[in-house]
Amino acid sequence: MYGLTRYKLFFLLPGLLVLLAIILFPLIFTIRVSFSGWDAVRPGLDWIGGVNYGRLLADGRFWQSLSRLGLMAVSAVAIEYVLGFGLALLVWRQIRFRRLVRVLFLIPMMTTPVVMAVIWRTVFHESLGPANDLVTLFGFAPIPWLTNAQWATFVVILVDVWQWTPFMFLLLLAGLLSLPREPLLAAAIDGAGPIRAFWNVTFPAMAPISVGAIIIRLIEASKIMETVYVITSGGPGTSTETSSYYIFIRGLRDFQIGYAAALSITYLVIMIVLLTIIAKLLTKTLIKAEA
Amino acid sequence: MERLYPLLKAAAILLWSAFVVAPFLWALTTSFKTANGVTAGPTYIPFVDYEPSLAAWQGLFGSGGGSIDIASPFVSSTVVTLSASLVSLVLGTLAAYGLSRFSYKAGPVGNNDLTFFFVSQRIMPPVVLAIPFFLMLGWLGLLDTIAGLVIVYVALLLPISVWVMVDFFNSIPRELDETAMIDGCTPFETFWRVILPNSVPGLVVAGIFCIIFGWNDFFFAFTLTFTQTQLLPVAIVSLNSSVTPWWSLSASALISVAPLIVIAFLVERYLDKGSIGGRK
Repeated sequence: MYGLTRYKLFFLLPGLLVLLAIILFPLIFTIRVSFSGWDAVRPGLDWIGGVNYGRLLADGRFWQSLSRLGLMAVSAVAIEYVLGFGLALLVWRQIRFRRLVRVLFLIPMMTTPVVMAVIWRTVFHESLGPANDLVTLFGFAPIPWLTNAQWATFVVILVDVWQWTPFMFLLLLAGLLSLPREPLLAAAIDGAGPIRAFWNVTFPAMAPISVGAIIIRLIEASKIMETVYVITSGGPGTSTETSSYYIFIRGLRDFQIGYAAALSITYLVIMIVLLTIIAKLLTKTLIKAEA
Repeated sequence: MERLYPLLKAAAILLWSAFVVAPFLWALTTSFKTANGVTAGPTYIPFVDYEPSLAAWQGLFGSGGGSIDIASPFVSSTVVTLSASLVSLVLGTLAAYGLSRFSYKAGPVGNNDLTFFFVSQRIMPPVVLAIPFFLMLGWLGLLDTIAGLVIVYVALLLPISVWVMVDFFNSIPRELDETAMIDGCTPFETFWRVILPNSVPGLVVAGIFCIIFGWNDFFFAFTLTFTQTQLLPVAIVSLNSSVTPWWSLSASALISVAPLIVIAFLVERYLDKGSIGGRK
């Protein structure tokens, strides 16, 4: 028995210890730093109690960045889910050039987000980019893509949709391919049209994988900052600044390490709580509907 | 309606494909422009709309004026990505095998909690870790080094390899292990001689995911390196800041995503065999 224990530890321990050292220790350290006044002028681990947390409660820029992040993440993921599901349904059955189409649909999620963001920024350049060329072709006035708050938000969401719809597509297609055929055949025999068959058979059967895909995407979307940094730098003003980006500015630009640590911990806790609630709600509404 | 449907379907597929391809085509055509070609406004077709030039591409490969060194960031990115992927694949595979085959118990913590602990690290926003990483690598003297980045990337990639490999090992029948044990293999020999050779598809998928996520990271490379070490995404984004040379920007962007497009073809092949998407 002693021998087996040794093997059990041999397998698990290296990975576990590495993860504890690289992630858990920094996290605990951050919690400690959040109670210090560590900044560029006076670096060091002093103890100032909850001052940083008090300041954070009154920091409108932080709370705005959170609600903005919520809006961006939820709308981007909703659009990605609908489009990804639609595309998966389109290529589910045999179609011509099936493999080429699938590769094409997968490519965006493989590419480096910041590198694509650099390209997107040139696409949406107001006078030199093709986006406004297309808009004026249809007879509209050029759009101030990156200098207007609403349009800039739209561009950030659009780029996210371009990049991550393929992820939804991949998971939902895998789900569709693994569905049993019989219920759909039965529905067809009962005379259900394609739309009714979808709502009554396919959609409920896809509920568990849908919930999984939406949650994974929400987790990833709640971290949005790189593309924002490249495309708008949070602007115009602070109108596209997400929480991660704001914390980055406070911590690694202003070197208000203590305050940024307090922001990080608050952000992390809010994210975990919100995502847990959303996961519970989604599971309840989508999967219960099946029963 | 019956006849209209295939037409609508083809139109939808074409429309989305055009959207997917558009930024690549735009970057491709821009990469053949010169300063004049860019400032003249959006143009698309070489020879017709503008006079194409190879200057940007030559600049990337170190000849011609205003050349940009893309080779050394490319090498750094490759070294960091491959070493971090390899380390996390080894550690992740060992841990995943343990979690899949043995039962662990430490107080209230069991196998599922341990697996969840590994996977849940993906929830952590990079910015939360950036500050402690910055300070700790500073203390270790590893800021701005390849080794420092590899350590950080192992933490990012380990959850992915554990997640994929636990799923994969669970799909391999336990009888295989038992037979090997009866034949007198130790647990490690069972793992090494019997299970691992049967795990190539899982290892490939986990490896691909690690490479994609490692190659695509920007944030940690951006916050933890300055001048000595530069990874590809950081090098490209830094071109973005000053007077933007769109042509070099486009050419280097295309070079940096090219390996990933090759990987997309690989992923599709595995999708066809049904080994992505977890349980079937």
